[in-house]
Formats: sequence, C-alpha cells, structure tokens
Amino acid sequence: MLELRDLTMHFPVREGVFNRAARFCKAVDGVTLNLHAGETLGLVGESGCGKSTLGKCVVRLNQPTAGEILFEGTDLAPLKRAALKPYRRHLQMVFQDPVESLNARHTIGEILAEPFIIHGIGDRAARAASVAGLLDRVGLPATAADRYPFEFSGGQRQRIGLARAIALNPRVLVCDEPVSALDVSIQSQVLNLFLELQREMGLSYIFIAHNLAVVKHVSDRIAIMYLGRVVELAPADEIYHSARHPYTRALISAIPQPEPRRKSGRIVMTGDVPSPIDPPSGCPFHPRCPHATDRCKVEAPALRPAPNAPAGHTVSCHYDL
Amino acid sequence: MSDSSPSSPVLEVENLVTTFDTDAGTLTAVDGVSFTVKAGQTVGIVGESGCGKSVTALSIMRLLPQPMGQIAGGQIRLQGRDLVALPIDEMQQIRGGKIGMIFQEPMTALNPVHTIGRQLSEVFLLHLTKDPKDAWQRGVTMLQKVGIPAPEERMHEYPHQLSGGMRQRVVIAMALACEPSVVIADEPTTALDVTIQAQILELMQQLQRDLGLAIVLITHDLGVVAEMCDEVVVMYAGRVAESGPVESIFNHPTHPYTRGLLASIPRLSTPRKAKLPIIEGMVPSLADLPVGCRFQNRCPHRDDRCVELPPLEAVTPDHHCACHRWREIPAANVT
Repeated sequence: MLELRDLTMHFPVREGVFNRAARFCKAVDGVTLNLHAGETLGLVGESGCGKSTLGKCVVRLNQPTAGEILFEGTDLAPLKRAALKPYRRHLQMVFQDPVESLNARHTIGEILAEPFIIHGIGDRAARAASVAGLLDRVGLPATAADRYPFEFSGGQRQRIGLARAIALNPRVLVCDEPVSALDVSIQSQVLNLFLELQREMGLSYIFIAHNLAVVKHVSDRIAIMYLGRVVELAPADEIYHSARHPYTRALISAIPQPEPRRKSGRIVMTGDVPSPIDPPSGCPFHPRCPHATDRCKVEAPALRPAPNAPAGHTVSCHYDL
Repeated sequence: MSDSSPSSPVLEVENLVTTFDTDAGTLTAVDGVSFTVKAGQTVGIVGESGCGKSVTALSIMRLLPQPMGQIAGGQIRLQGRDLVALPIDEMQQIRGGKIGMIFQEPMTALNPVHTIGRQLSEVFLLHLTKDPKDAWQRGVTMLQKVGIPAPEERMHEYPHQLSGGMRQRVVIAMALACEPSVVIADEPTTALDVTIQAQILELMQQLQRDLGLAIVLITHDLGVVAEMCDEVVVMYAGRVAESGPVESIFNHPTHPYTRGLLASIPRLSTPRKAKLPIIEGMVPSLADLPVGCRFQNRCPHRDDRCVELPPLEAVTPDHHCACHRWREIPAANVT
C-alpha cells in the first residue's frame, strides 16, 4: 500500500562566510521499505539514526531530497502543498511529546474539529458529533471537549493526539515514540489502545521507538536503522530469535530486561554513533563492529536476503554471522 | 556486586517526611520513607512520576528547592551522622565529598561555559587540594578511570563538544572525584541510548566493585533496576509500597501495585499484539490523595479495610509490603 523507494533526506549544513551548504547531514540515506494494509512496521534505532526524519518524510512534513513515496500508486515525494492536501488525510502522525503537539490555547473540541474544518467535512453539528465519537473511541469522557490540554495527564494527552490522528479515517499512522514519554503503568494502557484501533479500523502503523520490547510487542515486521540506512529488516519474532546484523544483536543484548541477574552474554559496544554529517566509509557500522574486516572499511554492504532465513528477512552485512 | 560479608550501613534513611508549601497548601511529597544502603550495595528506588523518588534524593543531599521544600521529619544518617540537622556549610563539605551525585541530564549538570578541566578541578579544589596543578592532574586521572579516551585533550574541551555518553562519564567522574562513600544517581541513563546506557551501567558496576561504593539508584526503568540493584524500594504517591531484595521483588511481588507494574511491561517474551494487563486510572495528585491506602482507587483487590493506611508488614524478614490484603491475594509468579 505504501512503498518507499530509495528515500533520501539530506539536510544542508550551512557554514562559512557565504553560508554555503558545503556539507550535508545524511539523515536518511537511501531507504527502501514497504508497508502493507493493516500492518505495523517497527522502526528502531538510536538517536540520530534517521528514524524520525524518515517518519516525517512519509507524512511529508519533510520534503525528501530524492526517492519516491508511493502511496497506492501515487508518488507523494514531489507533490506541492495543494496537490498533497487530498492525500494528507490518509497519512497522519502521532508525536512523542503530548504536551507540545497540542495547541495549549485551543480546547480539545477545537483541536479535534480542526481536521474536519480543514478538509471541509460536515457542518458544526456533525463535527461536534464526530468529536464526541472520537473521544469515546479513545476512552475519554465527552466532557473533555470543553477542556484545555493542560488539564489532562500525559497519557490522556496522548489519547487526544491519537484521536486527532484518526479523525479522518487515515490509512497510515506514523507514530513517533508515542509512549516513551509516558509512565510505565500508562504505557500499557496506551499500547492497548493502539492495538485496539488497528484491529477496528484496519490501520497501518509505522511505529518508531527506541524501546525494542515495546516495538516488538506491536509490530509485525521490524526495520533496524543505523546512520540513515536500514541495516536489517525481518518479521518481529524472527529478528529477536535470529538477528543477523552485529548491530541488531548488540542492540537487543543491550536492553535491560526486568529479570534480576540475567546478565548473560551482553555485547557492550564501544564508542558512539558517528555523525551523519561525516559517516564512516564502507559499512557505516564498521568502526563499532566487533567483526569488521578491511572489506567493511571500503565497501558498503547492500541489503540482501539473509542466508538460511525465512523470506522477508534482509540484512546488510558482507558476512553470514 | 555486594559482597556477602555483613557490612555496616553507610546511609540510613529513617521515616523521612518531606513537605512542600504550595498554593494548594502543604503537600507531603515523601511520607515516612525508610531504607538502608550498605557499602558495595545498590539500592534502587523505583516508581512513576510524582511518586517522590527524586524528592527523596534531593532530601538526602539537602538540595530541596528553597524555601518551599523542607524535611519535616525523620533522619538521614550518613555513617551514623544525621544530615538533617547539619549546618549548611558542613553539608556543602559532604555534598561532592562523602556523597557523590549523578543527575539525569548531563548537559544541564555541567556548566556550558567552563571547560571540563575547570569544572572537574573545581571539585578537587573545594575538597581535597589547594594546588590547581595537582587538581588538574587528579582530574585527568579521574577521566581516565571513567574510560574517556585522550583525557588530557578532553580536559580542555567544553561540554557541548562531547557526546551524551561522554558527558555522563564526566558527570560520573565528578561524582566520584573525592572518593565518596555513597553515590546518588537520579535516572543516570534515562537520557541515553540503549547501547550507551549499557556502557554507563557497566562502568557504574565496575567502579562500584573497585571502590566499594554504596549506590542509590533512582529510576523508573524496571529493567535497569533488575540488572543493577541488590535491594529495591517501590514507591507510590510518596510512600513505600514494597521493599526487599531484587529477586524477591521481581519474582514474588506482593503489593498489588508492584504486581500490576511488573505484569504491564511488554517483554521480549510477551506474545506479540496480545492485550497487556493494565493498571486502571492514574497516579493521584498529591493535593488529592485518597484517605488510607494511596493505591486503593486503582487497586483490583480493594476492600473496606483500605480506608486505613496500611503499615509496612514483613512478608519475609527482609521483604516488606504495605498492603492489608497481601496475604489473601493469590500468589502470582511473574516470569
């Protein structure tokens, strides 16, 4: 349904007297992914890996530098504002920070009615009914419509953000760290709501997060990103049981598990994520990789089907580890 | 981590009560919290936002926002000496001396306009030496100890030139500069990526082994607690809900809140897309606490007795739980 082809987003780094863009921050560097109807694609990586930028490109909050975003056959990447408008309602976004993503001066009713106004749907009465329906759907009382964002807790605000995103029956929801700002006991409430809405509305999610346990719980497939590229893509269970990329393995082993004294075989990676402005040559992971060879320093590995793995498991590493 | 030899308590917090004067009246953020930390031991304080875990840390360091916050009762004993009544100048010697502090956000914990070297030597100049050259040299040694490559050069750099993980290492170096007996770490890895978090946690464990540190680790991440701590204190709305050895808390939680919390987190072993068990509702506001047990309005096991404040009862000699009904609730084995 949604297909990303070689999607690239380079931000110019302006410097010097003439403010020229001499260098580029390669936030997203040639990503090819697809998303099926009703599916959740998890996007995981450390800060600076380009996962949020990729999400913003999909809903066209960023204009990608190159590549295609095919939504049901139409390439959204080159479209301008007006041409894009009819598609916007099908691609919506849920943000991480439920405080900053809601206008503090508008009531919840006004915030939720806005999508309908922008797309010219219904009259005042119909909009009020829709708003009430949305609030009910995300588990908030109808009286919430007359209140302001500050009157709600983080979890409730995230429900409001979700209500706004689903207002126009979208096909794809890009969720950027939607539960990482929430308390543990609230996280599970909101995750359940995400799963419930997906079942009821047949939504497709691109679920961006750094918490692998959370991502694995909601996702059908997971893409691991490193420095703007997808390094591994596989069905969610597969990626946990038989990760092939050394980065994925290190990432999985780094998650602290809520089981005391289960510290077996942790791979502690040395060093930090390099800057996307000046990424390493060859395989971007080679400076931190315990298996790196001379070949990795010069030749960038392409995403290829993982050997002896079920279909749909791809990895970008020269070696079969 | 902890050696098995019985060591004397380094830090004892007993019945700590911390209040805040606000427009809504006097609020009790921490209400009767007690715990003990021994040398070489890590005690984790866990809870959600507003449970009072950070206020507990600030109280121990006597860094409560003034004039609103004050310690209204209880004792905080560092190697037997009560810190609550200590004059402020003596407290300043203890802070950064006997007690080291690691904060969540290394960018705000460091001064952006001073070099790493200047900030790090300042700690030594305040506590250990009068000689700036000596202080500088000690700083270099400290950076080396926390695993910072090329420490001489890093000493001349500013915080913004370092990555998040490196900055947190600098903060740890500052906390450990004067060989403290206790380190209070408030969400030390929350702002870091998982792979960097793994590095920092490993560093903290290694330094603890080398120096015999007592660590108070404040966090909301149950995974971090399970990996790092010997003892756990679970806080809810300013009170201790449950406390005990980490295995006991994670494998045999007795308080309904701890049970709910442990059941609600998705694990790698949880079946995908299954409905997660939840704790209904949300943490009550301090201005509007229920009478009696503070968890009652979210508790699936509530009954008439819960309007009385439950005392902390011994489940086993070292595992305590504040619930009237813990004996009656069927034992749940959380795996």
